[in-house]
Amino acid sequence: MKELIAKHAIGKPVSGTAMVANDGFSARYDLDRIGGTFSRPTHKLAGQSYVGKVLVLDTAKGGVASAWMLREMASRGIIPLALVFNSVNPILAQGAAFGGVTMLSGFEGEVTAQVPDGARVEIDPSRRILRIL
Amino acid sequence: MKLNDVERAMRAGDLGRAPQIAIEHQIQVGDYFGAEDFVEVTQAHIMADTESLGEAGVKWLEEMAREDGGRARVCIPTITDPRGTDFAKAKVLKQPERFLELERRTIAAFRKLGVSLTDTCINYQTIQAPTRNESVAFGDTGVVIYANSVCGARSNYEGGPSALSAGLTGRTPRYGFHLDPQRRATVRIRADWTPRTLNEWGALGGVVGKLAGNYWSVPVVEGLQGAPGSDAMKHFGAAMASFGSIALFHLVGITPEAVRLEDCGGDKLPVAHRVAEAEVRALMADYPADGEVDVVVFSAPQLSLYELRDLAKLCEGRRFVKPLLAVTSPQVKPDCDRFGYTKSIEDAGGHVLSGMCFYQSYAREIAEANGWKRLATNSTKIVNILGGYGYKPMLASMERCVEAAQKGRLS
Repeated sequence: MKELIAKHAIGKPVSGTAMVANDGFSARYDLDRIGGTFSRPTHKLAGQSYVGKVLVLDTAKGGVASAWMLREMASRGIIPLALVFNSVNPILAQGAAFGGVTMLSGFEGEVTAQVPDGARVEIDPSRRILRIL
Repeated sequence: MKLNDVERAMRAGDLGRAPQIAIEHQIQVGDYFGAEDFVEVTQAHIMADTESLGEAGVKWLEEMAREDGGRARVCIPTITDPRGTDFAKAKVLKQPERFLELERRTIAAFRKLGVSLTDTCINYQTIQAPTRNESVAFGDTGVVIYANSVCGARSNYEGGPSALSAGLTGRTPRYGFHLDPQRRATVRIRADWTPRTLNEWGALGGVVGKLAGNYWSVPVVEGLQGAPGSDAMKHFGAAMASFGSIALFHLVGITPEAVRLEDCGGDKLPVAHRVAEAEVRALMADYPADGEVDVVVFSAPQLSLYELRDLAKLCEGRRFVKPLLAVTSPQVKPDCDRFGYTKSIEDAGGHVLSGMCFYQSYAREIAEANGWKRLATNSTKIVNILGGYGYKPMLASMERCVEAAQKGRLS
């Protein structure tokens, strides 16, 4: 078991399967939010379902729409279980707060290189911990 | 966060339930980024197209409008980003009625809250540009980057719920670009080539955005020749924000916080990247302007009066075989009509749409309804967005896009 400490955290404790890519994230630019898949052809996770996964990605990209979209996605249950980033912009923090989504950001080293794709992980936002089981 | 007496009263609900909900949300965000306190803001700008809100977001807005016996109101000038439709052109776009109904409900809720429905992403050209050091709470990345960089104002990206919260409380958490240290340059870029057209300015912005990498990076660019105008800066900034999530840039000798390189700390940085015409052309080549076209779009950001003037001149004497959509703000549209630009564009078979933005108007659904896939545009921002919506975007100059609407293909 390995633990990574984040600088920033929000949300409730969760555990699930990590989906990892060294790529960006924007709910508007990258996702088919109806189908629940990554839809941008050039995204490293293109075509894959993000529903119920702990997404481990590099950074927030794009615009401000994610601030609304995370709540909308949560209302339909077509949403990642949690979001983990090297860095985020304010929009994802605002969207996580508004949508009740668990999120961590800011790690020592490159987080996408430290979490294996498909690994079972636990997140404890109160302690800012990502635990790789 | 440290709260003053007014903020404590808001949090306790003494000033109403809506400000209480708003400040609780703001404190969550402020705590996430370690904000010490709040900063008062003079204006708020809300991005709230209903494709983003969905039913859940619209219901939340309606609930906010019902709080405090329906008397909840914003306390500072609070305006809106483009809506998800131009009701006068919804049939042209083939937008389903259920989407229009969401728009109507959103508009009604905003009106109850005292929000001014300006429906524009170029408020710095049309409503009121902020001044240097003025703290604001702006949504729309293009608005934020222009306000920070060209005007020298101070804003973070404020998503819709946070911008409305700022309107209700008159403040925002003091972090990020409200703080002096965050405004210093972090990456120095040497431009060996100066763009001429708006799509070239956008493409250069995209290159800089990709190089800078994330929201907390502040690129300083040196070497650009001449004085780019407001529309060039608009496309440059909007694309940089889109490709890199960048909120502030400095151009040496051009933008107010970098009259000299050392003003923004750029002299302490090594030149990390050199950008020549080849790098800009390489980005443009990712959106090859070649072959059949289904639709031509000028949008993102909304067009200024001068862009529409140029477009109208290009449309004179032509007859389009493919749809051409030109999108502007409700403030510009009446002048576009008065000066005959709308007539020139629409006589050629185009459409001038007002108060919306193409990618915020159910782009996936209108593509399916109209059979649009191959989209020609001069907006580097929109080509970056629309791939995820199933389009094959093509980036070209305004002139070539107009020719494409006439010939049905880019060549």
